[in-house]
Amino acid sequence: MTAATSVAARGAMTAPAQAGRRASKRVLPGFGLTLGYTLFYLSIIVLIPLSALIFKTFTLTWEQFWAAISAPRVMASYRLTFGASFIAAVVNLFFGLLIAWVLVRYKFPGKKIVDALVDLPFALPTAVAGISLTALLASNGWVGQYLEPLGIQLAFKPAGIVIALIFIGLPFVVRTVQPVLEDAEKELEEAATCLGATRLQTFTKVILPSITPALLTGFAMAFARAVGEYGSVIFIAGNMPMISEITPLIIIGKLEQYDYAGATAVAVVMLVISFILLLVINALQAWQRRHAGAPA
Amino acid sequence: MSGANSRTVRRARAGTTEAPWVRYTLITVALLFMLLFLVLPLAAVFAEALRKGFGAYLDGLREPDAWSAIKLTLITALIAVPLNLVFGVAAAWCIAKYEFRGKAFLTTLVDLPFSVSPVVAGLVYVLMFGAQGWFGPWLQAHDIKIIFAVPGIVLATVFVTFPFIARELIPLMQAQGNDEEQAAIVLGATGWQTFWYVTLPNIKWGLLYGVILCNARAMGEFGAVSVVSGHIRGQTNTIPLHVEILYNEYQSVAAFAAASLLALLALVTLVIKSIAEWRNEQQMKAAAELPPERPAPATAPSAR
Repeated sequence: MTAATSVAARGAMTAPAQAGRRASKRVLPGFGLTLGYTLFYLSIIVLIPLSALIFKTFTLTWEQFWAAISAPRVMASYRLTFGASFIAAVVNLFFGLLIAWVLVRYKFPGKKIVDALVDLPFALPTAVAGISLTALLASNGWVGQYLEPLGIQLAFKPAGIVIALIFIGLPFVVRTVQPVLEDAEKELEEAATCLGATRLQTFTKVILPSITPALLTGFAMAFARAVGEYGSVIFIAGNMPMISEITPLIIIGKLEQYDYAGATAVAVVMLVISFILLLVINALQAWQRRHAGAPA
Repeated sequence: MSGANSRTVRRARAGTTEAPWVRYTLITVALLFMLLFLVLPLAAVFAEALRKGFGAYLDGLREPDAWSAIKLTLITALIAVPLNLVFGVAAAWCIAKYEFRGKAFLTTLVDLPFSVSPVVAGLVYVLMFGAQGWFGPWLQAHDIKIIFAVPGIVLATVFVTFPFIARELIPLMQAQGNDEEQAAIVLGATGWQTFWYVTLPNIKWGLLYGVILCNARAMGEFGAVSVVSGHIRGQTNTIPLHVEILYNEYQSVAAFAAASLLALLALVTLVIKSIAEWRNEQQMKAAAELPPERPAPATAPSAR
């Protein structure tokens, strides 16, 4: 009897507690509706179309698939796309950090405008950026006319692709590093100085480790964006096969020749790579969150 | 004693900033880089558009093809942005307000269109609705055109701008938590009233920025739209495609004139973004100045 009451008592205690926990979780209505709509819309706009791409590749034999994605011209385009994206992302890593640093730590006139301007590559259509950069770097352009006598030609060369990719990738690094720098605790730097560190030591040993996850996230985002970029690059690239032809352009070229299977094969390679990059970015962001949460 | 103290304070303060020459050098280098990579390209658009005077600029915009491109661009954005707005609010509501299994995976999937190349985005719709695609024969039998027609352009635009509003809202709604909504529900408001009178006022500036950014991308999308459009002049050309055609025909002034419209749109976007950010900050500050009801719940965002 005592056992029965204690069980009943336990039941009476746990049932409201459980109900209470569930109620606080689900007191807001609309979970089923919003989740259902999200999944439905996600499926018809993104998941089913992307699966069409995967299914299309199954119409190819493995040999055909391999031949399509490893043709010399396609291989050259991978080298160019990933090489140029990597260089551009490295440049953005340094200058993005510099701009974020200057915007967070220093005061200067016009700072608000400069801060707003960082987002320009997000807002400016890529085709506009492409023709504008080409006009600047062409031999009669504002910048090109000074570079030409020096023997530097950027437009219609792989170097021009890097310039375009720097443009579109810059905000990613600035906007991921900026909030982390803003939240950084000055006390740590003060402590470092009081313990005798030089400013450079404080930067490399105290500040840099705390912003490394954000820096790498921004780098990976800029790289991922650059790999898929099309609009700004095709105007400035010159688009010479084997030399300055990027991978998205290979897909377009195959489509224009009605080689749907070939286009799909190369597109699957790009899709897989962008999916991997997305997972890397997610892992980096999780690391960043852990990093930010650790000292607290 | 107090002298030694103030010296320590000064040293400590000097320890959190750099020598003036370092500061000025860093500011100069950063501004020069931004001048070269951001300001010059923007200025070049307007300079090239106005190179042959204002008359030639207006002539470039007055062409019938330019007009139909502008109209198509507006129609596309008018369909794509509201679709993604409804999705963005729904996705942000279920991701930010509830805990459920697979939430992180769902968030990743929402982000997926960000990292897919626009060309691949266009291609998937060709594979679905094109002449040789899944629904191709059926669509042909019923005389419905999606690829090389307006619906394909809208679909590709929806795909490319898919995550923008959701991405803007999710962190904002997560930071604000559920307390106010729960209070409204407990006081007897319906879910709809709660959203309309409690949640929406809290997120309106973030929502506005998401919409404006989504709109800028929808109007400016090039790669994905280029794959599905078929480039039929006067029919399936959006402004960016119109810019490309003119540019390839060496009609530089007309190309840059059309491009300048998009550049103006980008500038307006940045201005609205700055205003929205400023208003958001004001709102946060006003909320922070309210007397605390509980010992500082908002100061530990990582504790959840």
